Amino acid sequence: MKLLVCISQTPDTTSKISFNANGTEFNAAGVQFIMNPYDEWYALVRACELREALGGTVVALNVGPAANETTIRKALAIGADEAVRIDCEPNGAGFVAKQIAEYARAENFDIIFFGKETIDHNGSEVGAMVAEHLDLPYVSYASKLDLNGSTATLERDIEGGVEVLEVDLPFVLSAAKGMAEQRIPNMRGIMTARSKPLKEVPAVAFEDSAKAVQFSLPPAKAGVKLIQPDQMDELVRLLHEEAKII
Amino acid sequence: MVLVFAESPRGQFKKSSYEAVTYGKKVADLLGTSCIALTLGTTKDAGELGRYGATKVLSIPDASFDTFDSQSYASAISEIAKSNNANVVVLSHTSTGKSVAGRVAVRLNAGLVSGVNSLPTTSGAALRVKKSVFSGKAIAEYEISSEVKVLSLMGNAVKPENLGSAVTVETVSVASAKGRVRVKSVKTQEGTVPLPEAEIVVSAGRGMKGPENWGMVESLAATLGATTACSRPVADAHWRPHHEHVGQTGIAIRPNLYIAIGISGAIQHLAGVNNSKVIVVINKDAEAPFFKAADYGVVGDLFEIVPRLDEAFKKFKAG
Repeated sequence: MKLLVCISQTPDTTSKISFNANGTEFNAAGVQFIMNPYDEWYALVRACELREALGGTVVALNVGPAANETTIRKALAIGADEAVRIDCEPNGAGFVAKQIAEYARAENFDIIFFGKETIDHNGSEVGAMVAEHLDLPYVSYASKLDLNGSTATLERDIEGGVEVLEVDLPFVLSAAKGMAEQRIPNMRGIMTARSKPLKEVPAVAFEDSAKAVQFSLPPAKAGVKLIQPDQMDELVRLLHEEAKII
Repeated sequence: MVLVFAESPRGQFKKSSYEAVTYGKKVADLLGTSCIALTLGTTKDAGELGRYGATKVLSIPDASFDTFDSQSYASAISEIAKSNNANVVVLSHTSTGKSVAGRVAVRLNAGLVSGVNSLPTTSGAALRVKKSVFSGKAIAEYEISSEVKVLSLMGNAVKPENLGSAVTVETVSVASAKGRVRVKSVKTQEGTVPLPEAEIVVSAGRGMKGPENWGMVESLAATLGATTACSRPVADAHWRPHHEHVGQTGIAIRPNLYIAIGISGAIQHLAGVNNSKVIVVINKDAEAPFFKAADYGVVGDLFEIVPRLDEAFKKFKAG
């Protein structure tokens, strides 16, 4: 079983988000970066569970600069066997997908895992793009994955329910809640992570034709209007006349 | 030409499909071109899409599209886009759209922006369009410079509008890639609007003290025609089903009205709901962080307030 888990590095969930003065770049000063939670909690952990049950190798892949190595080492501490970093600034989903696909093409992975989306660009784009580059089936928002030989049974979150499906290896998936439980790396994992292989691969040239060019913060809320607990008719009136949503 | 893929799961268009056609028509007007809708699989009334601005509906009623596969869908959408010289392809940012948009973009060598929430502007031959990023904490404007552009539209970002025109429905066929995913079953909640599509959501948290107290939440939701939701601790404790969990790890929603009952408003919860148009928070703790993100707040005992609010809405509806 050869499993690839694509991990992205994102600002921590609780980070205060700000940009440079003309709104063209994210301001990373004072921001703590983490492994994108869905990549870590669901995709990586499920891949490690499958490797533990069936044998094989889990490769963690990051498209990013050398500064991302702390995040990559964490993936190794959680249980990935080896890691690959494609050396570049990850400029856009199309660019990142191209890098991953070019690396994975020659490696014949059985399953390529993504998290359901990243918590910075909220795109949910890269998994589908990689699947298309490699001409593989894609199962998005998978909340359950079981393997029986070369056939996988999955559950996929859809609007208001789930879809149960089967697909033969190899394929690409994005993982959602339910796929696995978060793992905290233990001391042994952290120690062995230091000596696990981390390979650096050069990026391929690709021009992404969709680029984030301008950032802004949403308009500040006017502040909460408090209504007395015995004035619910007044709340209904405000929702109708002022907010105009009922 | 602007091509809109209008989803019709189990033969029925969804509200998000009407939103996508409305959006596609407005993009077409901006570019001085027409809006054509595409449906895949068995569809009850394809001509209905004309009401939202499509001047032509292309229908591929091949039963193999009645179950979803990202490869066969993306292949068909891309082929139709090519043969009709589409400049822009619009999809819904749904479970289907998220599985397909990236594939279509690769096939068409197109730039993709997913989850857009407003109309684009033109910048020469390029399009500029905005979406919410950093889980609702910021807005990013993207520029797409490729010849063909792919956009997926966030739910509840535009209202379906009657932009009606005469519509022709054409049955077409396409040599699309065969899907390799075998769908075994689809289980959905009957009789409720799915959370991502709901206009009003009544959500409750640990302040409810236990699952046996949810009757008042369900009653309030029924009065409003709302969908019920819950916070993570409530789903984790199995007080409510997993599919009701909204927040960063659960479902991200953007209803017109979000009523949060007994939810403190941790940042992970806010990340999934802060795009709601109006937020009402009911909590006994005046210091609950949720009040900072709220438009209207009620500080007090939810067990008294919720039934009172339910009565007030009933009176309003009857009025």
